[in-house]
Formats: sequence, C-alpha cells, structure tokens
Amino acid sequence: MVGAMEIYQLTPKINCKKCGLPTCMAFAVALLAKEKNIEDCTPLLEPKYEAKLKKLREVMAPLASASETGLIIHDEKCYGCGNCVVACPVNVANDPRGSAIGLGPKSDKVILMVEDGVVKCLNPKECRRFGPNRIMCNLCTSTCPSKAIEFV
Amino acid sequence: MAVCTGCSLLCDDIEVTLESGRIARTKNLCRKGLGRFRSLYSERASPRADGSEVDVGDAISRAAEILSGAKRPLLFGWSNSTLEAQQAGIALARKLGGVIDDTSSFCQGPLMELVIRGQMPTGTLDDVRNFGDTLIYWGSDPTSSHPRHMSRFSYFPRGEKLQKGFEEDRTAFAVDVRESPTAKIVADGYFQIPPGGDAEFIEAILSVLDGKMPKVQDKKRMISFVTTLKKAKMGFIFPGLGLVYSLKDRLDLFSQLVARLNEGVPFRVIPMVGHYNMRGFNQTLFEQTGGINQVSFADGEARRGQENGIISALDSCDAALVVGSDPVSSLPAAFARKLAKIPVVVMDPHRNLTADLARVVIPTALSGLEAGGAALRMDGVRVELAPVVEGASPSDAEVLARIREVV
Ligand code: SF4
Ligand code: SF4
Ligand code: SF4
Ligand code: SF4
Repeated sequence: MVGAMEIYQLTPKINCKKCGLPTCMAFAVALLAKEKNIEDCTPLLEPKYEAKLKKLREVMAPLASASETGLIIHDEKCYGCGNCVVACPVNVANDPRGSAIGLGPKSDKVILMVEDGVVKCLNPKECRRFGPNRIMCNLCTSTCPSKAIEFV
Repeated sequence: MAVCTGCSLLCDDIEVTLESGRIARTKNLCRKGLGRFRSLYSERASPRADGSEVDVGDAISRAAEILSGAKRPLLFGWSNSTLEAQQAGIALARKLGGVIDDTSSFCQGPLMELVIRGQMPTGTLDDVRNFGDTLIYWGSDPTSSHPRHMSRFSYFPRGEKLQKGFEEDRTAFAVDVRESPTAKIVADGYFQIPPGGDAEFIEAILSVLDGKMPKVQDKKRMISFVTTLKKAKMGFIFPGLGLVYSLKDRLDLFSQLVARLNEGVPFRVIPMVGHYNMRGFNQTLFEQTGGINQVSFADGEARRGQENGIISALDSCDAALVVGSDPVSSLPAAFARKLAKIPVVVMDPHRNLTADLARVVIPTALSGLEAGGAALRMDGVRVELAPVVEGASPSDAEVLARIREVV
C-alpha cells in the first residue's frame, strides 16, 4: 500500500505552507491520515503539476474506500474464518459472551464480524488505531491467514 | 440459530435471514459454510432411472429392485448424512446381507478407530478452548479445511483457564510439508518436513524426550520445541490426512509418541475429520458391529475386514448404493471404471460425477438445511440439526426407510 514517502514525491515539494502545514512532507502525512484533502494544496492544481496531480489521485483512490481508520477489506481474499473477529481487543472487551469466546458476535458494539462469508467492519471509530489515544494495534491483520485486512 | 454442515465443526451459531423462503443473508458462517448454504440453489439432482426422468417414488422402487436383486450390494458414503440416516443405512445393509463402508476407509479411518476404541487419548473442542495451551496442527491446515477451527476453539478464543487467549496463554505449532495458511499464522511454530518425513520427525521428538540429539531439523529448535511440549498444562494434537497418509502402517509410531508425552503431561488427539458426520458413522457402526467401517452382513452376521472396504469390495460387489458421496471424483480412475460396470444407485442432494454414471438417482434433502436430525462433531459431541428452509426432496433417512420396507 502507498506510503507517505511515495505521496510526498507527488507533491510540489516547495514547502509553500499554503495548505496550512509547514512542509510538503507534513502534507503527505496528513493526506494519508485523511486529515487533508488533495485540493488543500492549491499549487498542485496549477497546470505545471498536472501529471503529479493525476498520479496522486490514482494512488489515493484505494484509500477513499477505506474506513476512517484506514481499514480496507479485500473481500475476495477473506476466508470468513473469524480469526480477526476473535482476536480484536475491542471485540473481546465489548463482547465477552460472543467473539471473546470464539462465537459469532452477540453485541452490536463489535468492530469486526463475518457476514455472508466475509468480514465486515461495523464501528470503525471504536478501533484502537483511531482517536486521540490511538495505538498501533495490528491484531486483526496479524491473525489473518490471507492479508484480507489492510490499513492504509 | 442454524447449524452449518459444511465441515465437522458443525458451527451452531449461524444466523440466517430468509426472504420469501430463501436464504438471503447469513452471519458467522465462514466462506466454506456459505458455499454449503448456497449449494441449496445450484446443481440439484433430479430423480432418474435407467436413463429417463422419473418421479421420486419410481426411482425408489427401481433402487429397491436393484439392491434386492444383488448378491453382494455395497452401501457406501454416509459421512454427509445424519445419525438417523446412518442408522437406517446400517439396518438396510443388515437386511440386504450387504457390505457397508464409508469414506473413512481411505481417509482418517485408522486414526479414528484408535480414538473410538479408546486407544488414543482424546477430548472435546470445548476442552481445547478452555484448557488447551499447547497445540500442534500436524499434517492439517484448518484454515482451509475447517476455517473456524482456530477462531472458535483452538487458538484465538479466550477460555476458562486461558483468559489471555493466543497472545500469551497458547502456543501453537504446525508440522507440514508446505507452508499452509495455518503454518503462516503460527509463524515461528512452523516445522517444515519433507514429504513422508513424519515418521522421522516423530523419531526426532522421541530422541529429545530420551535426552538424545534429534537426527532431523535444527537441534536447538527441536529441543526448545520438545521443552514446550513437556511444559504443557494440556496439549492437543490435530492430525490431518497428511499425517495419516504419510505414516501408513506406522501409525503405532504416532501412538507411541502420544503415550510418551502423556507420561509427563496430558496430551490429547482430535483427528481433523473432514465431512460433517464421518465420526457419527464410525461410532454408530462400531457400537452396532464392533467395526468402524468395512463391515459385511453376509449370512446375517456382521464381519469386519479389508475385503469390505470400497477399494476391494468393488471387485466383488454386484451393485452399489452411494449416499452423499462422489467416489467417482474422489477415487483413482481405475476404481471409478469398476464402479461404472455395476448398477449404481445414488442418493444425493446434488448432481455429481457418480450420479452421472448411476442407473438410479434419488434426490435428497440437504441435511441441516432442508432436513433435521443429529450428527457427531469431529470430537464426538452430538449436535442437533434443524431444517432452516423447506425443500422438495425427502431426507436420506426417509428414502432409506422406504427402500428397506420393500426389499
Ligand atoms: S500547499 Fe502544497 S506545495 Fe505548499 S506546502 Fe502544502 S503541500 Fe507543499
Ligand atoms: S486494529 Fe486492533 S482494534 Fe482496530 S479492528 Fe484491528 S484488531 Fe480491532
Ligand atoms: S479478514 Fe482474515 S482473519 Fe478476518 S475473517 Fe477474513 S480471512 Fe479471517
Ligand atoms: S467452520 Fe465448518 S461448520 Fe463452521 S461455518 Fe465453516 S464450514 Fe461451517
């Protein structure tokens, strides 16, 4: 998946601060975190950066489908095995009688559950990677046999 | 809540939403199970006899005629049928003086036999979840074959004694010839062995247990592996076909290993049975005849023997009833050709290659979805099945009872 460095290469790299950030690198990071939009960099809309803008839109397109936490599910890779559902610490904490003990979720406060054979993301804002106290949790991705979940 | 008969885990927490009598949405069902549920609507069998479309009643009469006319009919399949159907099948075999066998005959049979005879320590999957802290997936890949095995029971869930789940409380290993999806999950716990290398690997563990150097694998790694096994509070081994096929007639070596481990700590074995009720058939036949498969009722007496296994029986049997199984696609072509030479009756919810060459096809209900009953999970726990939707075809048990009335 696309990284901040790759995005930075596609900015004007002139550190003009028009986007409200001190550097183009900071803008790249903010773009990735969905805190800024491509259009916030007005210089990029100038004709001379047309090629960069086009490329940037291309690499950013998959992120548009990601939830606010940057979680993307690749349906076609998912076995519906439920490993992520049972491993997610938020599911475990909010659903002690369901996903915590291996069963299908019995609470509507879970983040992950399996529907029609494929994992679904329900309450993305509950994810530990989200909000002011976020941590780099990766239990859902590290327990997945097929890289069907990804964070961008 | 519905039960999934997609594999021998018989997951019983499936939520189904119906729309005009059809399954519209499911929750908690894995992709494999979803395939089973969706198969309700594809490739369904239709009744046929001697090349023409007939009604189910006529197909049943024709089947009875073929079976009662045979000297040594073979009744094969059974692992995709309910306990009730299996009982009806055994009763029919008895009445016909025929031979009865199931897919375990060329699959997990030898290992299952030890478990059912009480010669291999075993436990339930609930024990695994609550107490199993040291796990070995051996020649098995639950991620592909039993997708919810690791999440419902073995590795990821919290248990009574294992509140922290896999992160701290459980250690899992995989022994396999290839890096399966399961091997990838256990990561550092994966031991790659060469094809047929299971016996050597067992010997290496036994050497370390004897305080000697292992002959295969990295020595340090082997020693630390065996040390972990020795520290288990409760260990479980999940052997798959890979192990059974590789050991062949050296299964005693595996028994020896399990016995050695049990001298120190409890180590249990739960074979990774594939079809949803193979265990049910083996156990039912064992209770009734003392054999788990390969039984003949010729001359009114139950006899167990290899000659009654499908592979040999195809040489001596003069008709076959195949229930919920597709031996033409699962057996080598030579056996399929033998099957093609005798009159075959197929009972199945779906069209398949065996049905294509059969003289009579009787469509049946998809158990757990269109018909109820009960089944034994891979660990022997009984699970009740209730129909979820209405189907047009009779259940296996009903068809078998009707055949038995007229033979
Ligand atoms: S507005 Fe564009 S060019 Fe200026 S600093 Fe921000 S990203 Fe860089
Ligand atoms: S990152 Fe952690 S909290 Fe967020 S969905 Fe995955 S496992 Fe759950
Ligand atoms: S995303 Fe991965 S871990 Fe979660 S259900 Fe799908 S395959 Fe299993
Ligand atoms: S693991 Fe097996 S029983 Fe459970 S839902 Fe999947 S196919 Fe069905």
